[in-house]
Amino acid sequence: MKIVVPLNQVPDLVEDLEVDASGKALDTDDIKFKLNEFDDHALEEAILLKESGSANEVVAMAIDSNGADKMLFTAIAKGADKAVKLSGGNPADSHQLGKAFANALESEGFDMVFTGVQSVDDRDGQLGPIMASYLGAPCVSVVSGVSVSGGTAVVHKEYSGGMMGEFEVDMPAVLGIQAAKQAPRYAPVSKIRQVQETASIVEASMGDVGSGSGSAVASMAPPAKGSGAEMLDDIDDLMDVLKDKGAI
Amino acid sequence: MGDILVITEHLKGEFQDITFEMLGKAKDLAGASGGQCIAVTFGNMNEKSGELGIADTVVSVSGSDDFNPESYAAAVKSVVSAKSPSLVMVGSTSMGMDIANSVATALDLPTVSYCADMSASGGGLSVTSSMYGGKMNVVTEVSGSAVAMVLAGAFNADAGKSAGSPSVEDFATELGAGKVRFKQLIEPEAADVDITQSDILVAVGRGIGSKDDIELAEELADILDADLACSRPLVDAGWMSKAHQVGKSGMKVKPKVYIALGISGAPEHIEGMKSSSTIIAINSDKNAPIFDVAHYGMAEDLFDVVEELVEELEY
Ligand SMILES: Cc1cc2nc3c(=O)[nH]c(=O)nc-3n(C[C@H](O)[C@H](O)[C@H](O)COP(=O)(O)OP(=O)(O)OC[C@H]3O[C@@H](n4cnc5c(N)ncnc54)[C@H](O)[C@@H]3O)c2cc1C
Ligand SMILES: Nc1ncnc2c1ncn2[C@@H]1O[C@H](COP(=O)(O)O)[C@@H](O)[C@H]1O
Repeated sequence: MKIVVPLNQVPDLVEDLEVDASGKALDTDDIKFKLNEFDDHALEEAILLKESGSANEVVAMAIDSNGADKMLFTAIAKGADKAVKLSGGNPADSHQLGKAFANALESEGFDMVFTGVQSVDDRDGQLGPIMASYLGAPCVSVVSGVSVSGGTAVVHKEYSGGMMGEFEVDMPAVLGIQAAKQAPRYAPVSKIRQVQETASIVEASMGDVGSGSGSAVASMAPPAKGSGAEMLDDIDDLMDVLKDKGAI
Repeated sequence: MGDILVITEHLKGEFQDITFEMLGKAKDLAGASGGQCIAVTFGNMNEKSGELGIADTVVSVSGSDDFNPESYAAAVKSVVSAKSPSLVMVGSTSMGMDIANSVATALDLPTVSYCADMSASGGGLSVTSSMYGGKMNVVTEVSGSAVAMVLAGAFNADAGKSAGSPSVEDFATELGAGKVRFKQLIEPEAADVDITQSDILVAVGRGIGSKDDIELAEELADILDADLACSRPLVDAGWMSKAHQVGKSGMKVKPKVYIALGISGAPEHIEGMKSSSTIIAINSDKNAPIFDVAHYGMAEDLFDVVEELVEELEY
């Protein structure tokens, strides 16, 4: 069984985020990008399935961009067998992005696609269902816990309050992974360096990404600081609040 | 703005709050433009249509009461095709995520996610989405038909709760190819703590840095006679058990005092704790979104604050 994992880079949200001159997008000049945390879980779950013998190939896939090579080499260092980089297009919205991945997935071949449940930036949880629709494959998102037997996967989909739904899904399928069975592994820098020297990244085309049907962003701004929190200066102030609210 | 279709959500035979939150807003928006507010129910939930009195009509899709990503999306797709609404509202929830984009892709409609506010603008709609973990608001102008994924807790559920007897239309529909089969609902494991009952919660986030350091928060919790809670990443890392998790996929809590240590305040976390009577946040990032919902805040290193506080409280 072959699992393809699309990997996305997102801004590190711990940083100060600013809007660029257009007033519609993030100023990406000085911010640090990192692997979307849920994609790390998707990759981990795929590698775990390989290690347990349920899968035999894990392919990491990304859009060609600054930092994509490093992200893909890191995925190989963690245990992916192959890395594919998509170029030759400029998808402008999530429908076009979904089409680009669907095209590449059709030529690559797959039994499962594990996306992250969502990117923490701006297209929340869209890509999985979109590419599944283009591929005619079933899609289940918010999944934590995948097991495979024969041509079907048994997945746990999280609802609120700790409830879960258990589903049987025929492959090929697309799953949006919320959490792997264990915390994502870490690849030592030395290993990544070694992979960089020995492994190579396969290039693939996005193909025809269609006309898209995105919606246009009119503006972007940090939320207005409404009433917000009353900021406390020191421990004495904090003690006063705790006393006042009956915590001590 | 024409008709608005609201995809209701239920679990174990009960409509979820998101249903009423969307209905209240939909009624408001549709009413202002002479459109209809249409609720879509699944399985036997039509028997509870009396709870959806705010809707002008209820479209009842037959089939199973148990959510199925494939068949529910297929059903919504045919209802949308048949009704041609100008807006489809879906919860930005586990179930909604499976429906919204399958429908949008099949029908070539744009999706606007994480809608925290919506208002009529010109002939269309102006939608504000909470993005980047709550650090940016993005405004999208929607003119044609679209699918909106509505952030849980963004609108008042009470505004959508009104008993009545809307007309119910049975809708026969296709249910997909059967590639996804529901097996069972799994209840959360029994746990030694029920944080929904706690008076005081000390909640730890990723800012704590390591599993070992949770001890410090535990110490504070002991002194305050509080229970420990946490954000999701700590559960995913295996540092704390699921019973302690607050948020969208965890518990909804409303203690008298909620002390958030090193929690950024992502919408999924806020969903679970914003009804706490008093929220105190300690976070070294002064721009952390948690300070927008907290009543009191300290933009400082949590270790400094907690160590000092423990010392102060002990002596
Ligand atoms: C479908 C879905 C469901 C989800 N359900 C939930 C849920 O139920 N509950 C939940 O919590 N999340 C949930 N999430 C995850 C959510 O999106 C966030 O990723 C998560 O809430 C972030 O947790 P955090 O604030 O602890 O970590 P981060 O966002 O990483 O924030 C850590 C914070 O700690 C601060 N910090 C760092 N060091 C220090 C220090 N020394 N002192 C003080 N502050 C420090 C940083 O400034 C930062 O603000 C869900 C996500 C999805 C997609
Ligand atoms: N530009 C991208 N490159 C690679 N993968 C992506 C990209 N955008 C989204 N994804 C994948 O799709 C998932 C959902 O993303 P989103 O729809 O942006 O919330 C992510 O967790 C990734 O696995």
